[in-house]
Amino acid sequence: MQIHRNPRVLAVSLLALGLLAAGCSKKTETAKTADGELIVRIGSVAPLSGPQAHLGKDNDNGVRLAAEEANARGVTLGGQKVRFEVVSEDDQADPKTATIVAQKLVDEKVNGVIGHLNSGASIPAAKIYYDAGIPEISPSATAIKYTEQGFNTTFRTMTNDRQQGRVLGEFAVKNMGAKRVAIIDDRTAYGQGLADEVATAVQAAGGEVVAREYTTDKATDFTAILTAIKAKQPGVVFFGGMDPQAAPMVKQMQSLGVKAKFLGGDGVQTTEFIKLAGSAGAIVTASSPGLPIDSMPGGKQFREKFTAKYGPIQNYAPYAYDATNAMIKAMELAGSAEPAKYLAELPKVHFTGVTGEIGFDSKGDVTGGAITLYHIVDGKWKAVETVLSGSGTGKK
Amino acid sequence: MDILLQQLINGLVLGSIYALIALGYTMVYGILELINFAHGEVTMIGAMVCIAILHALLPGSGLPVVLILALGVGGAVLVCMLLGLGIERVAYRPLRRAPRLTALITAIGVSIVLQNVAMLVWGKQYVSFPGVLDIHRYEFGGASITNLQIAIVALALLIMLALLVIVYRTRLGRAMRATAQSPDLAALMGVNPDVIIALTFAIGAALAAVAGVMVAIYYGLAHYYMGFLLGLKAFSAAVLGGIGNLGGAMLGGLLLGIVESLGAGYIGPLTGGFLGSNYQDVFAFFVLILVLVFRPSGLLGERVGERA
Repeated sequence: MQIHRNPRVLAVSLLALGLLAAGCSKKTETAKTADGELIVRIGSVAPLSGPQAHLGKDNDNGVRLAAEEANARGVTLGGQKVRFEVVSEDDQADPKTATIVAQKLVDEKVNGVIGHLNSGASIPAAKIYYDAGIPEISPSATAIKYTEQGFNTTFRTMTNDRQQGRVLGEFAVKNMGAKRVAIIDDRTAYGQGLADEVATAVQAAGGEVVAREYTTDKATDFTAILTAIKAKQPGVVFFGGMDPQAAPMVKQMQSLGVKAKFLGGDGVQTTEFIKLAGSAGAIVTASSPGLPIDSMPGGKQFREKFTAKYGPIQNYAPYAYDATNAMIKAMELAGSAEPAKYLAELPKVHFTGVTGEIGFDSKGDVTGGAITLYHIVDGKWKAVETVLSGSGTGKK
Repeated sequence: MDILLQQLINGLVLGSIYALIALGYTMVYGILELINFAHGEVTMIGAMVCIAILHALLPGSGLPVVLILALGVGGAVLVCMLLGLGIERVAYRPLRRAPRLTALITAIGVSIVLQNVAMLVWGKQYVSFPGVLDIHRYEFGGASITNLQIAIVALALLIMLALLVIVYRTRLGRAMRATAQSPDLAALMGVNPDVIIALTFAIGAALAAVAGVMVAIYYGLAHYYMGFLLGLKAFSAAVLGGIGNLGGAMLGGLLLGIVESLGAGYIGPLTGGFLGSNYQDVFAFFVLILVLVFRPSGLLGERVGERA
């Protein structure tokens, strides 16, 4: 770095530094509204730009709805009336940007964070919140690693991939009646993690993993591995990966005459998949964490409230809403919005949210989570079965 | 045995598509000694244009499906030929006397531009190829093959044959071969090298367009980034066969397809499960390296002196 020898430059730099410091110190003061209400700031992080912006905005609206309702209801913490304010940040679904905005929220001393949307963004950001002692509840990250980094500040209201993998593996053996299961994954953190859990669950349920094959998240030709799989005569082919691979894979299974059903996770359970797979989608069952909105305990009511304000629900808004309420409930239990104080109360929170029973286990995974399995009927995903997954770490 | 047969069929289909694209690389290299890295993107544009035409015409135009499909392929070929001509005119012709590295970097630049244009036009999403074809499956000897696979291989072989006829039996082909040997001398004999080079690009682009459509039909989808990996594989196929040699590109393409297929199918059992099918590409490129160690100019390539 160049050192300024010019005294004028030095003076200007010092002045700028002073202003910056002044700006910072102003933020650390506890802000109050004109009515003397204490302001509690909740960070809401999701991709608000780029291809996943619609999902990000959806999460953000879920947080806002919960905060507005709490304000309308009137929440008092330790005798002091409070007002919730939502601070929205855009992490662009990018792990690097996620850490930058996380640091920004920490510097702004928010009282808690709801986010991030993606596992890839939530995992690196979790460390930054942990170091600052700020609780983070993700409404949609499913990667197992998110809650396994040893951070007591990390929670989620969405069932994780281990819970999903267990349900999928059992479903393949018990409901689809396949004693022989072939497993393919795309070698990404998501695909591999999910496939490993499915493999374990298949064996636990008395099935046999007859083939374990791999591809990449950019491949479109699977004829070679499917030919190898065909020779092992499985009843079900499970794929841990996303829809752009799953669609041609299903088509190639048909053209190779593989007489097996196809099972996928939430990366496959997309509207995009239906479009790409066409008629080959008939052999597909795919899962998605959570419940279809109409099966949620408070689903109908939530949809009416939400739709009137923000338009149709995309996906995870109910989970963001429940996550925000879990945070507010912990603050009420502690009688304080101080992260250090209400963090201890978060694991004790238990209530019936929109998406079901909300409570956290020792790792911060949601305890009452559900997994729903879908078929394609008339060009739409139709729920066929919902399985309550139980705790992500403990019993089934 | 039936598995081996099936893997050979899988490889043959994949290989004939590689071969079509590889021909484009090898033709341009044969004449200009330029590796046209934008060629993979031309393949992608071909696929995208065909899908766009199909989506525009299919609902409610009332035309028979075969005609619409023909229009789609024809449109893709036309657009790609114009694109090939345009790329040559704008990006390569001004640099023909420049150091070869300049043209190479320009080629990479063109490839990035095309990718981003496609992303802007067709979006970042995968686009699906409409399901217009009735796929029938035939079983024989424990293996199965679809009418689509047969059509792809047959059409690819037909096009390759036609290309050989053009290059070795027509005036245009003779002019192309003459330009490849020496553009200046060919010019003295009344051949216009600029025209011949432009036509070479156009023919290569037409082959790429057909290959792109084949990929889109076969896998049922296309994506703005699909040209990169396809181009890389086809380029490797051209090098494997001996770049600059037409027969070499065909042989290299077919071989690469089959090696990939066999590699993915047998690498697991062969290594006792130590290496899985995720090493499919490693296996293919290992074969490529092995060939180049013992035959640096490729399988059918001839050792030629560096041309200044």
